[in-house]
Amino acid sequence: MPLVELTPAEIQALKLSLWVSGWAVAFSLPFGILVAWVLARLNFPGKFILDGVVHLPLVLPPVVTGYLLLILMGRKGAIGSFLYENFRITLAFNWKGAALAAAVMAFPLMVRAVRLSIQGVDCGLEEAARTLGAGPVRVFFTITLPLVTPGIIAGAILAFARSLGEFGATITFVSNIQGETQTLPLALYTFIQMPGGETAAMRLCLLSLGLALAALVFSEMLARRFALRLKR
Amino acid sequence: MRQMIDINIQRQHGSFCIQAAFNQQQSGVTALFGPSGAGKTSIINMVAGLIKPDSGHIIINGVPLYDSSKRINLPLEKRRIGYVFQDARLFPHLPVRSNLTYGMRLTPASERFIRFDDVVDLLGIGNLLNRGPCTLSGGEKQRVAIGRALLTSPALLLMDEPLASLDNSRKQEVLPFIECLCKAFSLPVLYVSHCLDEILNMAQYLVLLDQGKVKANGPIESLVNSLDMGRHISPSDFGSVIKAVVKIQKDQFGLAHLKFPGGVLKVPDVHVNSGDTLRVRIPARAVAVAFEKPRKSSFRNIYPASILEIADEGNGFHGVCMNAGFPLLARITSHSVEKLGLKPGLKVFALIKSVNISSGGSGNGFK
Repeated sequence: MPLVELTPAEIQALKLSLWVSGWAVAFSLPFGILVAWVLARLNFPGKFILDGVVHLPLVLPPVVTGYLLLILMGRKGAIGSFLYENFRITLAFNWKGAALAAAVMAFPLMVRAVRLSIQGVDCGLEEAARTLGAGPVRVFFTITLPLVTPGIIAGAILAFARSLGEFGATITFVSNIQGETQTLPLALYTFIQMPGGETAAMRLCLLSLGLALAALVFSEMLARRFALRLKR
Repeated sequence: MRQMIDINIQRQHGSFCIQAAFNQQQSGVTALFGPSGAGKTSIINMVAGLIKPDSGHIIINGVPLYDSSKRINLPLEKRRIGYVFQDARLFPHLPVRSNLTYGMRLTPASERFIRFDDVVDLLGIGNLLNRGPCTLSGGEKQRVAIGRALLTSPALLLMDEPLASLDNSRKQEVLPFIECLCKAFSLPVLYVSHCLDEILNMAQYLVLLDQGKVKANGPIESLVNSLDMGRHISPSDFGSVIKAVVKIQKDQFGLAHLKFPGGVLKVPDVHVNSGDTLRVRIPARAVAVAFEKPRKSSFRNIYPASILEIADEGNGFHGVCMNAGFPLLARITSHSVEKLGLKPGLKVFALIKSVNISSGGSGNGFK
């Protein structure tokens, strides 16, 4: 098997990875922006608890996060059973669960990037917009959001790249099912475990490397373009 | 009688206490004047709604914006107050045109009484409309910020030292516009400044603030010419103000002749045009007193005067209020007052060393 040609199973893993990561970012971005805004702009008792919970996946062993997800979101879990009974949504052992695991693991990175960016926006501009007759919601959408777009893009790409690499929580929560939850890192792991899978493992390794690099370059390009727009 | 501006607010912040009450019946420029830390910006921030007073009321043009007894506290976007900040605060992601129309588009068409084209013409910003704010000079930014606030057709315009961050030539780029916009749109304006010369030609009323309290307020000319002012403002600001008309722009010695009810002042190095009416400030420390008219001296401006009042400032100086055909203040060492035996009723000669022409705020000394 040559090093450059992917097998259908590998292509499937690549597509699934992109699909899962895409959904993970799309689903968590609105929450990420909201939480980042709350942490950046509001002061309330117990703020440190929210801050802590958001950052937990960054410091917990991924297996623990995956296990907690299994307990909470599994078919018999507290939230999982509610979702199943009311909306017929199952997250355990399918791609949706993989997306959730990826989203949870990438959430702190996204929030940090967006929060930093919001803190960089001069409150004076928001005040000025208020004196010009704009309510808080309009100020957010017409002033704050456009000014933090570079931060949001950076956060989204960071989260996307993190989701592509998500392994521990995913394998614990939704297992390693080919075509359903077997993303790139899981496929790579499988090949490493398999006798004679070295070439395939190397291919996936290079593929992962390329993806990560592309994401970083892309994010840098977008950030530059936005910086230029503000200097115009 | 209905007040245009009726403000009475209290606010405690740490050990700093603001207790300010003043009102204004006509439109025109009211200057909030005082040293840094006097609470000027805090007061207009309360009017704008950026900070909340502890108690009191703020009523603009009959509309209560804040009234603690009636539990009224309008959110700032509902107050219809235009605010020009010290640091223009233009939106960096929008071109000048969108900055200007940001507030205008949020004002119902029926309530707009200030037109886009008029503002753009008045402020001379027509050629900037498609530029980004980051490419503008400080003076241009401030003009756009003024236009943006005006275009909301506000009930009151607040200006927080709009010239403070500009150098002298940039000030000249903005000051004339502020002077004529008040006349052009007959808006009431609250103008914060710590520079007396900046506000003299622009403001009709003065509210003197110190440590959060109103020390004096009233029409600017009668207020600054009172001996009382000496206790509240810095020695360099203390002085009398007279209104003068430019008779001769430049005589053979390069001096401008400024005519006023008490005589003619000869001033070098001023950029004025014949026929201009302006306020001239005579710093009290630039006025000397003599019993005989000096026959040979470098003083060009000598007036007979009678002493009306003398007040001890308590710091080694006495303030002397004289009538020289016009009100004239002098700041003289207590030592001299005692030595010369100055007292009310005496006839003296007042020697004026220098005056300040207030537009632009640059001093013009002469001998």
